[in-house]
Amino acid sequence: MIQQPTNTSGGATSLPAPPSAGSVTLTINGVQRHMQLAPWTTLLDALREYADLTGTKKGCDHGQCGSCTVLVNGKRINSCLTLAVMQEGNEITTIEGLGQPENLSPLQQAFIDHDAFQCGYCTPGQICSAQGLINEGRAHTEDEIRELMSGNICRCGAYVGILAAVKEVVDKQSSK
Amino acid sequence: MNSFTYTNATAVDAAVREKSTNTKAAFVAGGTNLLDLMKENVERPTRLIGLNKLADLATIEDNPEGGLRLGALATNADTAWHPEVEKRYPLLSQTILAGASPQLRNMATNGGNLMQRTRCYYFYDLATPCNKREPGSGCSALNGFNRIHAILGASEHCIATYPSDMAVALAALEATVRVSGPHGERTIPFADFHRLPGDQPERDNTLETGELITALDLPAKGFEKNFTYLKLRDRTSYAFAVVSVAVGLELEGNVIKEARIALGGVAHKPWRVIAVEETLRGVTATEDNFREAATALLRDAQGYGSNNFKIELAKRAIVRALKQATEMNQPLDANAFLNSNP
Repeated sequence: MIQQPTNTSGGATSLPAPPSAGSVTLTINGVQRHMQLAPWTTLLDALREYADLTGTKKGCDHGQCGSCTVLVNGKRINSCLTLAVMQEGNEITTIEGLGQPENLSPLQQAFIDHDAFQCGYCTPGQICSAQGLINEGRAHTEDEIRELMSGNICRCGAYVGILAAVKEVVDKQSSK
Repeated sequence: MNSFTYTNATAVDAAVREKSTNTKAAFVAGGTNLLDLMKENVERPTRLIGLNKLADLATIEDNPEGGLRLGALATNADTAWHPEVEKRYPLLSQTILAGASPQLRNMATNGGNLMQRTRCYYFYDLATPCNKREPGSGCSALNGFNRIHAILGASEHCIATYPSDMAVALAALEATVRVSGPHGERTIPFADFHRLPGDQPERDNTLETGELITALDLPAKGFEKNFTYLKLRDRTSYAFAVVSVAVGLELEGNVIKEARIALGGVAHKPWRVIAVEETLRGVTATEDNFREAATALLRDAQGYGSNNFKIELAKRAIVRALKQATEMNQPLDANAFLNSNP
């Protein structure tokens, strides 16, 4: 469900007027964005509906599928389970901030090389999550990568390719 | 979600004051459970008091008792991977890492973990009666689908289980919960923090109105030599426990000096029976002795149909967890849970 900024004009009902949208400043992919958001706007909805960054996907909207994964201060989180207003002052990185079509990030390139998707809907979340995993530096073996990628579901079942892609970049990073 | 107002708290006492005078207010830290419940309309606060700017509550440091103080706002991930936690309380690391997903552990806080609500399907389903959500409406699980429900300490009003992994280890480690309230600070022994449903299943814990968890104190004893968290679940990762067992052992040769056994997924709170742990004191660490303890631990267990299997499962899990903790033939890093499932 898309939450639009609230109409503050009151209306004929006896219910109290909802709080008006407030000014929220988010730093997304290194750029400061000022938005007028109702407090109940999730970070995910702020990114997609207000910042027009639709790379981040809404899947379950309940923190179960991982397709909304973004990085906050370099750590992966589910953007559907946090409010935009809670992320003021933090560095938010979305899939659009990891690489560009002409300059792909190592993970983006590896996902292409290993055919790590079918429909592609979970891919931005998979890649952001994998970037978070690399930043954590805890996963080295295939089993460890499987375990620490378990917050991202792929209903097409491209796990074999996803694992190969992440493993390749993990190996390259650790050999540096 | 219903409409609400949001403010970041800048001081603990102000946050506590506001919460204690506004019954429609809720604290929010990681938000991983609260926002989910708000989307489902199970929780409908009209005001959120954001805690994340209270940086003092996010630290992990030594406490005066020779143990470790875990700030309530330290994330689950930062706690599990903190060098002192990994070294002195590997049971806690292992347990935290067995729960949720990496993304959720990066958001969820230690205080928030204790405040999680049950994952009972009827609690989440507004179309069905639930005494925890709506006191007096009835319990749908009692005669409904109750595969994930309690086998110990339940009541005719509620058979929900408490879902946290982390809390099972904290129970075994005998942590202390530090809270700040309208009447000052106090500490709550971990065993007294969560409560059994009785005739007030809407109350998950013993916090008073307005009270805020500020830290968890771990005592010096960490059982870092012999421990395990065995979590049995429907898939090997990212699922709630059907049955889980946290074990800490102190051994002298093959003789048990002290044993801690806490169960998860079986009751409205982490389940311990001190009297049974006492019977293991001074006995040899053998499978027969473990089985005797497991049988005693589950003596009062009761199934409700779909969850009958959990009684035998819990007994076997206890025996296996005690064996694992004795032999320590599991990998010793914090990812040991990888191999702790069948």
